[in-house]
Amino acid sequence: MASTPPAPAVAPSLVDTLFQRSLNDLVKSLRADPSAAGEAAAVARALSEIHREIRAPDAATKSVALQKLAYLSSLHFAPVGSHPLAFAAIELLASPHLPHKRLAYLAASLSLHPASLSLLPLATHQLHKDLSPSAGAAHQQHVSALALQLLASPAAAAAPDLPVHLAHDLVPHLARGSPRAIAAAARVIAASPSAAVPVLFKPLAACLASPDPRASTAAAAAFCDLSAPPADATPFLPLAPDLYNLLTTSRSNWALIKVLKVFARLAPLEPRLAARIVDPVCQLLTRSSAMSLTFECIRTVLTALPAHDAAVRLAIGKAKEFNAAADDPNLRYLGLLALGMLGPAYASTVNDCRDAIAKSLGDADTNIRQEALHLIMGMVNENNVVDIAGMLISHVAKSDPEFANDILGAVLAACGHNVYEMVVDFDWYVSLLVDMARTLHCAQGDEIGRQLVDVGLRVQDARPELVRSARTLLIDPALLGNHFLFPVLSAAAWISGEYVDLTKDPVELVEALLQPRTNLLPISVRAVYIHAVFKVITWCFSVYVGRLGDSGMAMDVMFDRLAADQTVSLDSNVALGSGEEQDIGASTVRKDPFSHESILYMIDLIQTTVGPLINCNEVEVQERAHNLIGFVHLVREIQELNKRKVADGDEPSRLKELVKTMRTVFCQELGPVSVNAQMKVAPPDGLILNENLVELAGMVSEDDTTPSTSIFFYPCSRHSVDTRDEPAVSIGSSSLSEHRKRHGLFYLQTGKTEDEPSDYPQANDSLPSSSNNSVINDDKSKTAELVFAGKKSTATKSRPKVVKLDTEDFLSSMMPSANVPKEDPLAGALRDVLLGSDAKALSSQRASDINLEGMLNKTSSNESSSQQIENLGSYPASRSSRTTSKQQNHDKEKGTNPRESDGKEPRKHRSSGRSGHRQGKHKHREKSSTQPDTIPQASVIQDFLL
Amino acid sequence: MIQAVMVISTQAKPRLLKFYNFQPPEKHQDLVRSVFQLLSARPDSVSNFVKVDSIFGLGTKMVYKHLATLYFVFVFDSSENELAMLDLIQAFVETLDKCFKNVCELDIVFNFNKLHTILDEMMLGGQVTETSSEQIMKSVEEIERRYYATKSSPR
Repeated sequence: MASTPPAPAVAPSLVDTLFQRSLNDLVKSLRADPSAAGEAAAVARALSEIHREIRAPDAATKSVALQKLAYLSSLHFAPVGSHPLAFAAIELLASPHLPHKRLAYLAASLSLHPASLSLLPLATHQLHKDLSPSAGAAHQQHVSALALQLLASPAAAAAPDLPVHLAHDLVPHLARGSPRAIAAAARVIAASPSAAVPVLFKPLAACLASPDPRASTAAAAAFCDLSAPPADATPFLPLAPDLYNLLTTSRSNWALIKVLKVFARLAPLEPRLAARIVDPVCQLLTRSSAMSLTFECIRTVLTALPAHDAAVRLAIGKAKEFNAAADDPNLRYLGLLALGMLGPAYASTVNDCRDAIAKSLGDADTNIRQEALHLIMGMVNENNVVDIAGMLISHVAKSDPEFANDILGAVLAACGHNVYEMVVDFDWYVSLLVDMARTLHCAQGDEIGRQLVDVGLRVQDARPELVRSARTLLIDPALLGNHFLFPVLSAAAWISGEYVDLTKDPVELVEALLQPRTNLLPISVRAVYIHAVFKVITWCFSVYVGRLGDSGMAMDVMFDRLAADQTVSLDSNVALGSGEEQDIGASTVRKDPFSHESILYMIDLIQTTVGPLINCNEVEVQERAHNLIGFVHLVREIQELNKRKVADGDEPSRLKELVKTMRTVFCQELGPVSVNAQMKVAPPDGLILNENLVELAGMVSEDDTTPSTSIFFYPCSRHSVDTRDEPAVSIGSSSLSEHRKRHGLFYLQTGKTEDEPSDYPQANDSLPSSSNNSVINDDKSKTAELVFAGKKSTATKSRPKVVKLDTEDFLSSMMPSANVPKEDPLAGALRDVLLGSDAKALSSQRASDINLEGMLNKTSSNESSSQQIENLGSYPASRSSRTTSKQQNHDKEKGTNPRESDGKEPRKHRSSGRSGHRQGKHKHREKSSTQPDTIPQASVIQDFLL
Repeated sequence: MIQAVMVISTQAKPRLLKFYNFQPPEKHQDLVRSVFQLLSARPDSVSNFVKVDSIFGLGTKMVYKHLATLYFVFVFDSSENELAMLDLIQAFVETLDKCFKNVCELDIVFNFNKLHTILDEMMLGGQVTETSSEQIMKSVEEIERRYYATKSSPR
């Protein structure tokens, strides 16, 4: 490279030197053609020029080239290989000529890159020289300023050796109280605490007490930066006296702001500090005319001094003044921000300005709107949730799409938080969910759909309203065109099918589920629709058959007519003109949904609309259509059989049997599934899950003709699959079932195990199966306990039971331990230096540290243990509820639907993770504010407090 | 600390970029682009603060001022006061105005070095070292005097 100036390079570079373009020329040429292509060409030309010029032996040429290169890489993002630039820059650092030196420092601080750090040691000596006071006196200050600039640049901060070698050179500058040196020292300490703290911390601390206001301001800023949140503020406690002195005497708003920020971080660590600073802060708050300082005071009071009532009231008053500033959106925004810092203790105060905050929801400024929304969501509780949600939803219509969805998302998150703990009236909540889904810009269909189903699973009392609401959604053909609503419609269809016994008019429901526009739905939703129809028709049949009673004659009549109608319906399958027929049918069957005509009408409708879907090339839809059509055929086939063997009298009972069986398939109630349910299922003895996977590799590459019976995976799955597929096989279109038969283990287990019990407990089944009873016995209370958390009740309306799994608190209980602050290197380094050098600070500092750490450990362990106790406490109660549910479960067939629960699982996991996080944060805040009350009073800063 | 200072024209061209936290050079263009997208979407007469956690990392905020054809942007973290940063932008613009006598975009385009000199007088390593525009102007003038004094001899 250019390290050795080669002689042959002189000739071209002489020309270059004479006709070299200056930076201004370069800028002009770049501006000559403002199009992107023209600019790119100009940059490329300039770069090739620079690469030649930068090798010139002449320092002037080199410096201009360097300047151009720095310009291009900074503002035109020219892809500069870092080395040529870095090397030339470092070479020129040593130039005795001030302008060259200046350019070199600028280029180096702009473009040094961690990749070029290998070159930085070359600069160390030069930096050392430029920082030393012995250099030429006239330029000394400027030169050292340049060196400090480079030392504080981000690239230098990444170089581990630089602070070690140069920390000592900073000391004399710090002693002079140079603001630049103080700022640079802060960066050096932050970059490399272990090396820099022993040297720089004490001189830096001395600057705090400097009579020069510029030095003390810079030092306050430096400590503010060093104590910023990821770092531990504890080591800065001994600085409190100096900071307090600044707080009471400084006239500089900059210094006061920084001091306040440091105190806001220290106050939670040392309880006596708050009482000490509250007066000066309040004085500043009332006296100051600078808005920035006022705002910082408000922030300090609201975040760090929440126990001082008078101060908080004063700060709230100021924040409200900010809020009322009609002409300045910045102040309005910050006012809302300040109110948002208030803890729950002052929720009522915030509530007082609810109208003003609600008005901000309509502000032109997105920041203000967002902050207002955040505030309003913060004041929601179970008493006002109805009002606030109603007010917000009315705002949705007036807002732009993005904010409308922010509002919807916030309402959904708040109401769904911790298993709907705020919702008392679930009928209201269900109708709110439906209203939200119907708002203009709603894009929250996923979450609304999830919550609709979730409420259905968890809250039995809400189901009638859910079914009513689902009906209104399903019968509206306009909604089928809105792709945002598909998840909601899917949930509505599932609800109508699952809780079909609550529906008023199943005929209408079947019509809605099979209306022509459903072909706009995506496959997954379509499959849910068809499955819902299956559930509805099964239920209608069972009611119908039940009504006929044992009257064999009526049964015969029904069969005759069913068979007669079959021919008609098969014809209408082909004929397109069947619509008229249906309309006539529809008008006659309206009166009684369980009359013979209604059933026939529904069966015909199913055959006409679902029949063609048997040939659908999407397996989900195809399979559901097969199931449904198969069921209908089965009912009719029995009758045909009956006709041939007239004597056989037990066919009607076989039909009854069949209908009853189908009904029981769907009648087990589905419950919420714990996130951790899968983990708690103990694998049966002798099954090694990983062992057989090797053989699967061969399977995957083979084609479908190879039977896969060699792999023992789900011992009973194939059998249960066969029983389920019976209808499909019977109608002859069996390629799917063939495939299923051969590769049964790739299909989801249906969970329909009426013929033989599975070895695997169902995910949401608390009933352990017979084979591994002993294994699960210990765990069973944990696996899927239902804890009925119906503890809250208000005077107006009692809250219905909400099914909640104890393991849903699992994540949140994990959080506190994760929140115990880790030792950061800066704190460690500071402690070392304070321990090592200052005998007086030694004992107090260590004592306080040990106390603090012990305190933290204690609080965290206390918390986790109390959490455990809570969980344990819930076991006996849940165990008793378990035994009753056991009885019920014995009677019922297991008919869970694995597809739905599978789909829900990740979402549930996510939401509980989120709530856990929030809780954890909350806990952390609580901890830090309560902790000082119980802390043993360490004599940390006795000279200051006494 | 202040994490970045940017001056971006309303045509989305960067006029001054200085990062005080290391940002890989390949990312600079994306940063400018995403900041400009944020700014250009905001109407005038709304508040000047934007949360930019998604661009510059957790807890960072941005304050900006839109003057003539330029956006002046400061990115900062929780150790800075929002309104103080707004004042600092004002101080920076005033200083430019004094140093260039009625500053316009062309001054900023053609004075890459001087712009950096002014900024470096004002802050170092993301810490504010001087806020008085008179003081900054004085130091800059002195540097220029030295610069021309030494420059005249070798050339």
